[in-house]
Amino acid sequence: MTLDYETLRLIWWLLLGALLIGFAVMDGFDLGAAILLPFVGRTDAERRVVINSVGPVWEGNQVWLILGGGAIFAAWPMLYAVAFSGFYLAMFLVLCALIIRPVGFKFRSKIHDPRWRRFWDWALFTGGFVPTLIFGVAVGNALQGVPFRFDGDLRMIYEGSLLGLLNPFALFCGVVSVLMLTLHGGAFLALKADEPVASRAALIGRQAAMLLAVAFLIGGVCIQLGVDSYRLVGEIDPMGPSNPTLKHVEVVAGGGLRVYGAHLWMIVVPLLALVSAPAAGLLLSRRRPGLAFVASGLAVAGVVATAGVGLFPFLLPSSIAPDHSLTVWDASSSELTLKIMLVATAIFLPLVLAYTAWVYSVLRGRVTIAAVNADVSSY
Amino acid sequence: MTFADLDVVTLSRLQFGLTAMYHFLFVPLTLGLAVLLAIMETVYVMTGLEIWRRITRFWGVLFGINFAMGVATGVTMEFQFGMNWAYYSHYVGDVFGAPLAIEGLMAFFLEATFVGLFFFGWDRLSKIGHLTVTWLLALGTNLSALWILIANGWMQNPVGATFNPETMRMEVSDFSALIFNPVAQAKFVHTVSAGYVTGSVFVLAISAFYLLRRRHREVAVRSATVAASFGLAAALSVVVLGDESGYTTGENQKMKLAAIEAMWKTEPAPASFTLFGLPDAQARETRYEVKVPWMLGLIATRSISKEVPGIEDLVKDVELRIRFGLMAYDALEKLRADRTNAEARATLDVTSGELGYALLLKKIRPDVLNATEDEIRQAAWSTVPPVSPLFWSFRVMVGLGFFFIALFATAFFLASTGRLARSRRFLWVALLTLPAPWIAAELGWYVAEVGRQPWVIEGVMPTFLAVSSISAGNVLTTLLGFVAFYSALAIVDLVLMVKAIRMGPDRLLGRFAPRHPEPEFPAAAVAAE
Repeated sequence: MTLDYETLRLIWWLLLGALLIGFAVMDGFDLGAAILLPFVGRTDAERRVVINSVGPVWEGNQVWLILGGGAIFAAWPMLYAVAFSGFYLAMFLVLCALIIRPVGFKFRSKIHDPRWRRFWDWALFTGGFVPTLIFGVAVGNALQGVPFRFDGDLRMIYEGSLLGLLNPFALFCGVVSVLMLTLHGGAFLALKADEPVASRAALIGRQAAMLLAVAFLIGGVCIQLGVDSYRLVGEIDPMGPSNPTLKHVEVVAGGGLRVYGAHLWMIVVPLLALVSAPAAGLLLSRRRPGLAFVASGLAVAGVVATAGVGLFPFLLPSSIAPDHSLTVWDASSSELTLKIMLVATAIFLPLVLAYTAWVYSVLRGRVTIAAVNADVSSY
Repeated sequence: MTFADLDVVTLSRLQFGLTAMYHFLFVPLTLGLAVLLAIMETVYVMTGLEIWRRITRFWGVLFGINFAMGVATGVTMEFQFGMNWAYYSHYVGDVFGAPLAIEGLMAFFLEATFVGLFFFGWDRLSKIGHLTVTWLLALGTNLSALWILIANGWMQNPVGATFNPETMRMEVSDFSALIFNPVAQAKFVHTVSAGYVTGSVFVLAISAFYLLRRRHREVAVRSATVAASFGLAAALSVVVLGDESGYTTGENQKMKLAAIEAMWKTEPAPASFTLFGLPDAQARETRYEVKVPWMLGLIATRSISKEVPGIEDLVKDVELRIRFGLMAYDALEKLRADRTNAEARATLDVTSGELGYALLLKKIRPDVLNATEDEIRQAAWSTVPPVSPLFWSFRVMVGLGFFFIALFATAFFLASTGRLARSRRFLWVALLTLPAPWIAAELGWYVAEVGRQPWVIEGVMPTFLAVSSISAGNVLTTLLGFVAFYSALAIVDLVLMVKAIRMGPDRLLGRFAPRHPEPEFPAAAVAAE
């Protein structure tokens, strides 16, 4: 079977979505657990239960983010260049948070002083909260368009600032992101941690689930009515060279949900989020944490996919030079690179999923205070 | 000049250099210790002696502290390409991004998924199950070195890619050439062996510390024996494979080699190797040279008849390539004005390999096609990297390489004759060697990457063009942020390492109570295990 350039680009758009959802679902629950850490654990022993619930697996989960970054670099190099240098200081804050996490997990338990441990509790909270908020804010900005353009050598020029990123709609998306991972982390701890941490996590998770469903709806209304959207004008060659300056794009006030009107079946994507979030809340109150965790995972996938599908065929619209917006058809790698990366993904991703599943099955069972105290390896 | 006067290029380079060197404080130890842990645990599974499980777990604690820092500082490296080097990411992302993404898929997942099970799986897995996990962890760390060095090898020797005028970037034309790039292969084996040396020196030095204090004898003697034998093999290969690296450099990066050797003029074959001397960049000569006849010719060309070109001749070559590059640049301009210009297309097809040389002129004037003869000569001389620092860094690194061979050979001899624990003078030497492998590794990177300047991709893209269009203030902010943040972490990391080492296996893992009492062991018996 030979795949043409258009199909490859489409597959890599789907894979980008799959990797970002993989990150949000897998790393999402340990980021969420870190956000909940100071609230569901009241004593040092309880907090160690939270930390050790995610302790053995969070490192592997974070690779979803690293791989997401690497895949954007390899498959969508212009998106990588624009997003990382455009959101410069925001990315730096994310980096600081991601640096604090591994050392926080590892260093906290090495010294017994309660002040030392409290310091790392809040460091871990920050390490969970800040990236969650900023990734939401970044998506909020992508939905509205970002102020960049290209010069004749395709050198990207960015005309925004950190404060420009923090506009009301983007911050609202940041809140959605925090609610989403609070729910997901809460469902995970309800499943994995021993009492009383599990019940407290379930309670907060339930509240986050309801707020998430409401906020998601409000966000949808904003996108349809209040936020500028972008539309391709005329033809674009889906097999053409990756040069994002050769097309014409117009800005429309509102209408961000246009895609769902044009392809009605796609409405299953936002519906997934809208149904799964309250379902997760309900299942948490019925003490079915396993199913609740599945539902919260589906809600996370639905929310992330709704943003991605809503933008299609855009990856990142430009607010100051709409013609220079990055789309699926003119911002990818070469056909050969997409093909090679697809082969590599087809071989290794199933392997990754298989051994990850095995590791989780080895680590199955609730984390108790007694077990944490008994194991010298505990964080 | 203060920090505030520095431009985006200098600040971005400074940031990359500092964060990469900082990251590489942790990487070689991870590489080496992961394999040493796997070896120690293999001994445990094969002999069934509890003490080896304890040894593995003890070094595992130190491995864990170091691994966390490696992970933390590694994310910065990936993000930085997009943040500070956006034009680089656009210009070569099609080629450079692929090995990075495959590194994530193939290696990072492996090491990061199994590192948790290494610590938390001792009581959940069978002996063989846990041993498999440890080996997979070691495999993951080594594979990640492979893919990052394939990416780095391409920056040194950009094979398998061509310039596409329609997308204004380099694109993959031959992926297997990229993977089997001889520079990447030579660098991979050299770097990984350097990691093994680092791990072995670490284990040997800390074991020496315990033996000097007459503590933890049962752990220290056995650990030192493993470190001595593994370290000896690693130290030998790091030098031999470093020589291979020198050969590929002689093939592909002649300017780097000439700069390392401070060789201004081409010598008649076979060239001699300058052991010592004082390079003078102003006068373009090296004073007080002490030379070893034939040696450089043998290392760099594997022959006694081929010449190793000197800097002045190489600069003349560069002038010629700049002229070809200008033809490519001219054709590209015409092609962008009119996509159907067949003549320009044909010219570009022939000359696009030299396009990067025309870009060197952009530092001197934006309208490169109007460059004068003087400016072309100036641009050609800009391809000479800083000679003296390279000359000295290289010599210190190589000197340390030979010292490690001597160190491990001695350790191996003492351990196999059962005298290691009593040779206090040697134990002191081993302890004081602790920082040496890091010095050698950092100098090695300095030689490899500063020797590549002024190119970010040798012959393809000058470093000054690769940066993002961001303000110097922003880069300065993040640079200072990283320096502050990293310094604080370094202190905490060192404190915790020292604390764990002082606590030792007894207090970290509880007192040792073997299920079957073991005899007092002379080291010879340990070696026989």
